[in-house]
Amino acid sequence: MATEMIPQSPILVVIIPLIFAFLTLLFGWFRRNLCYPITLVALSLSFFASLYTLHTVITTGTIHYYLGGWKPPWGIEYVVDHLNGFVLVIVSFVSLMVAIYSKRSVEQELPEKIVFFYCIFLLQVTGFLGIVITGDLFNLYVFLEIASLAGYALIAVGEDGAPFASFNYVIFGTIGACFYLLGVGYLYIVTGSLNIADLSQILPNLYHSKVVLVAFAFFLVGVSIKMALFPLHVWLPDAYTYAPSSVSALLAPLMTKVGAYVMIRVMFTVFKPYFSIELIPVTTILGWMAAGAILFGAILALAQIDLKRMLTYILVSEVGYITLGVALANRNGLTGAILHILNDAFMMLALFLVVGAIMYRSGKREISQLRYLHRKMPLTMAVFVIAALSVIGIPPTCGFFSKWYLILGAIDANKWIFVAVLLVSSLLNVILFFRCIENIYLEPMAEHSSVGSELAIKREESPLSMLIPILIAGAGILSLGVLSGKIISTIIQFALPAGF
Amino acid sequence: METIISIRPLLAVLVTLVAALLIIFTGEKHRNLRESWTIFASIIKFSIVLSMVPFILDGKTLEFTIISLAPGVSLQFRVDQFGMFFGILASALWIATSVYSIGYVRGLNEHAQTRYFFNFALCLSATMGIAFAGNLLTLFIFYEMLTVATYPLVVHKETEDAIMGGRKYLAYTLIAGVVILFAIIFIYTLTGSLDFKPGGFLLGHGSPGTLIFLFVILILGFGVKAALMPMHEWLPTAMVAPTPVSALLHAVAVVKAGVFGCLRIILYVFGPALLHELDLWIILAYFAAFTVIVSGMYALAQDNLKRRLAFSTINNLSIIVMGAALLSPSSITGAIFHIGSHGFMKITLFFVAGAIYVKTHKENISELDGLGRQMPLTFGAFAVCAMGVAGTPPVCGFISKWYLALGAIEAKEVVFLFVLLISALLDVAYFFPIIFNAFFKSPKEPVNPHFDEAPMRMVVPLMITAIFSLILGIFPNAFFNFFNLASMAAGKILGGM
Repeated sequence: MATEMIPQSPILVVIIPLIFAFLTLLFGWFRRNLCYPITLVALSLSFFASLYTLHTVITTGTIHYYLGGWKPPWGIEYVVDHLNGFVLVIVSFVSLMVAIYSKRSVEQELPEKIVFFYCIFLLQVTGFLGIVITGDLFNLYVFLEIASLAGYALIAVGEDGAPFASFNYVIFGTIGACFYLLGVGYLYIVTGSLNIADLSQILPNLYHSKVVLVAFAFFLVGVSIKMALFPLHVWLPDAYTYAPSSVSALLAPLMTKVGAYVMIRVMFTVFKPYFSIELIPVTTILGWMAAGAILFGAILALAQIDLKRMLTYILVSEVGYITLGVALANRNGLTGAILHILNDAFMMLALFLVVGAIMYRSGKREISQLRYLHRKMPLTMAVFVIAALSVIGIPPTCGFFSKWYLILGAIDANKWIFVAVLLVSSLLNVILFFRCIENIYLEPMAEHSSVGSELAIKREESPLSMLIPILIAGAGILSLGVLSGKIISTIIQFALPAGF
Repeated sequence: METIISIRPLLAVLVTLVAALLIIFTGEKHRNLRESWTIFASIIKFSIVLSMVPFILDGKTLEFTIISLAPGVSLQFRVDQFGMFFGILASALWIATSVYSIGYVRGLNEHAQTRYFFNFALCLSATMGIAFAGNLLTLFIFYEMLTVATYPLVVHKETEDAIMGGRKYLAYTLIAGVVILFAIIFIYTLTGSLDFKPGGFLLGHGSPGTLIFLFVILILGFGVKAALMPMHEWLPTAMVAPTPVSALLHAVAVVKAGVFGCLRIILYVFGPALLHELDLWIILAYFAAFTVIVSGMYALAQDNLKRRLAFSTINNLSIIVMGAALLSPSSITGAIFHIGSHGFMKITLFFVAGAIYVKTHKENISELDGLGRQMPLTFGAFAVCAMGVAGTPPVCGFISKWYLALGAIEAKEVVFLFVLLISALLDVAYFFPIIFNAFFKSPKEPVNPHFDEAPMRMVVPLMITAIFSLILGIFPNAFFNFFNLASMAAGKILGGM
C-alpha cells in the first residue's frame, strides 16, 4: 500500500498536543506537578515533528496526508507546503518557549488552576497547529473554534477585568467565526466541496457568481476579526492586557499570525491571485486598513501608561505590517509579510515574556514604575532593548529586514503613501520604546551620587525557567535578522503563492 | 584590481564586540580587569587594521562576505584605500581615547562606568564596520548600530539636559536613518545592487529627476551626522556627554561616519561623472560652503569651550564635504586627508577641554584666563592643534587645506578659495583669544601658578595626539602612508571617470 510510505509527521504535529491535553488532565488528577513536564514533552515532540515536516517539505516538496486514508475531496486532507510548514514550526516553537516560561508565572498567578491551565494550553496550541496544517476549509473552522474557545477560557482566568474582556472577545470572536462559517457554507453551496485544493480548481469558473463574492467577503471579515485587523481590533487590547502573562505571551505572537496565515491562504490559494487582486479591489481596501492599523496602533500605544497595554496596541500595529505586505500583492511585499510572521512572532514573544517577568518580580507594569529594573534584571532588560530595537527596525535585528522587504514591495507597487506610513511608524516606535528605555535605564541625578550606590540595589533576575526562553527569543531576534537572506532563499521564496 | 578574500576586516569588527561582552560580564567589581579589556581590544584592533595596510598599498582590495541578505546584496566587507584610511584613523585614536577615558572617568568618579565602556566598545565596532562596509546596506547596518550605541553615551550624565540632548540626538539621527533607508531601498529597486564602486555605480540608471531627488535626500540623511547646516543642531546639544565621548565620537567616530557616508555617496555611489552631468556638485559645494562660513561665526559666539569646539567641528566637516564636492584630484585628496588630520587635531582639543574640566571643573572660555601657567603641557597641545585647525604650517591642518585650496583652483571655482580663507581667519579669531588669555592674561581669581597638570593618563594621550598632528604636518606619510592612501583613493575615483 502506498499509504505506508507517507510520513506520519503531519498528523503527529497535531495529535500529540491533543492527546497530551487529556493526559495532563488524567495525570494532573493525581499529581499536579506532572502537568508541566507533560506539557513540555508534548510540545517538544510536536516541535520536532513540525521541524521534520518542514525538512521533508524542503527536500521532497509538498506533503499530502489523508486522514484515515480517505481520499479528498471526501476525506479530510492535511497539506503541508513551504508556507504552512514554515508557520507550523513558528507556532510549535513559540508555544514550546511559552510553555517552558509558564511554570513560575502560573504558579504565582493561578495556583489553584494549574491542571486546567495546562490542559487548555495544549488545546489552544492544538487549535493553532490544526488551523495551519489542514487542507480543508471546514476542518479549519473546527480548529479555529478550538483555538478560540480555549483562548476565551485562558483569558478569562486572568486578573480583574479579564472576565469582562473575555466576554467581549467571545462576542467578537463568535461574530468572526460566524462570518467564516457562512463563507464556508456559501462556497459549499455553489461547489459542493470543502477541500482547498479542490476549491481552487472549481472556483475560477464561478468567479463572477455573487455567492462566491459574498463568501470571499465573509472570509475576509471573519479572518480580520480573528487577527484583530484595524478597525476590528477592539477586543484585543483588553483581552491581552488582562490575560495571565503566559497566556498573553502565547496568544499575542500566535493568534494574529495564524489569522494572517489564513488570510494569505484564502486570498491566494483558495481564490487565485487573479481574483483577489484584479477582479475585486480588495487589496486596495486591505492596504488602507493596514495603513490605518499601523498608524492607529502606534498612536494609541503612545497614549498608554501601562506597558503591557502599550504592547497590545503595538501588536495591532504589527498586524498592520503583515496585512500591508499581503495587500501590496507583489513578490517583495508578500515576502515581507511572510517574513514578518516569523519576525513578529519572535518580537512579540520576547516583549510579552519580558513584561511577564517584570510582573512576576515586581508586580508592576506601569511605564513610570520601571526604574532600576536594569540593575535588578539586567539580562531581561537587555532582551527588552533588543526586541524594542527590532520593532523600531534598527538593523541587524530581524524587524529591519521585514521592513526592508515591505518598503521594497511598496516601492515596487508605486504606493508611496504606504512607504511613508512604514517610515513614519518606525519613528513612532522610536518614541514609544525610548520612552520605556529612558524610564528603565536612566535615573534622576539626585539618586545616584557615587559608584557605591550601584551595588546597593540587589539583583533579582528572572527565574531560570523564565530567563531561558527570554534569552532564546532575544538571540532569535538578532540571529534571524542576519539569517533572513538564507530563510528567504530556502523557504519563503517557495512559500509565495503561485503566480508571484 | 586584485581582490583577496580575507577574514581580517570581520575580525577587526568583532574584536571590540567581544571586548564589549567581556566588559559587561566583568563589571564594576573588577575595574582593572574591565579596563584592561578595553586596552587590549584597542591594541589588537589596531594591529589587525595595520596588518591590512600593505595589501591596500599594493592596490589590492580585501573582501569578506558573511552572508547574503537579499538577492544582489550581502553583508559584506570590502576594504579599499578610503575605508582603510578611516579604519586606521578610528582604531589609532581609540587607543589614545581608551587611556584617556580611564583617566577621565576615574578622575571624576563617574557612575555607570561599565555601561560607558561597553557602549564605547560597541561604537568602535560599528565605526569599523562603517569603514570596511562593501555596500550601502552593510554601511547602513553599522551606521544605525552606531546611532543606537552612542545614545547611552550622550545621556550618560542622566541629568535633564543630558536626557533632552539624547532625545534630540535620537530624533535627528533616526529620522535621518529612515530617510537614508528609503533612499537605499530606492537605489536597490533601480539597480539591483548596492556595491560601492570607485567613480559610482548609478550612472545610466533612473531619470535625472529621480537621481537628483535621491542625491538630495541621501546628502540630507548622511548630512545629519556630518552636521551640515541646518541639520547640525544635535551636535552642540550632545556636548553634554562626557568629554572623551565628545572627543572620540563627536570629533572622530560619529561625525566622521556621517562625512564618510557623504563621501561614499558622492564618490562611490553617484560618482564624479554623474554629478557633473547633473550639475549637482556645484550646488553641494555652495551648500557646504554656507555651513563653513556660518558655523565659523557661530563658534565665535560660544563661551562654553566644548560648544565652541563643536561648532569648529561643524565648520571642518563641511570643509571636507565641500572638498569632495569640488571633484578635482587635489580637492578629493585634501578632503580625505582632512578627515584624518582634523581627527587628530580635534581629538586633542577635546582632550584638552576634558583635562581642564577634570582638573579645575571649568567649562567656559571666560574662566580660563591664566590657566596656561598652571597647565602648560595641556595648553601647549591646545595651541599647536588650534593653530593647526586654522591651517598654520607645519601642523597637519596645513597640508589638507593646501590641497583643498589647490583643488578649488583645479575645479576653476576660485570662490571656494576665499571660503577657505575666510574660514581660516574665523578659526584664528575664535581660537586665538583662548590661547592668548590662557598664557598671557592675568587670572581674575587666583590660579595656582605652579605646574599642576591633570592626571597623567589624560595628559599623555593628548600630548601624543598633538605630537602626531605635528609629525603628520611635516611628514604626511609618516603615519602608515596616510597621505598616500588618500591620494590613491582619489586617483582611483577619478580614474573611473
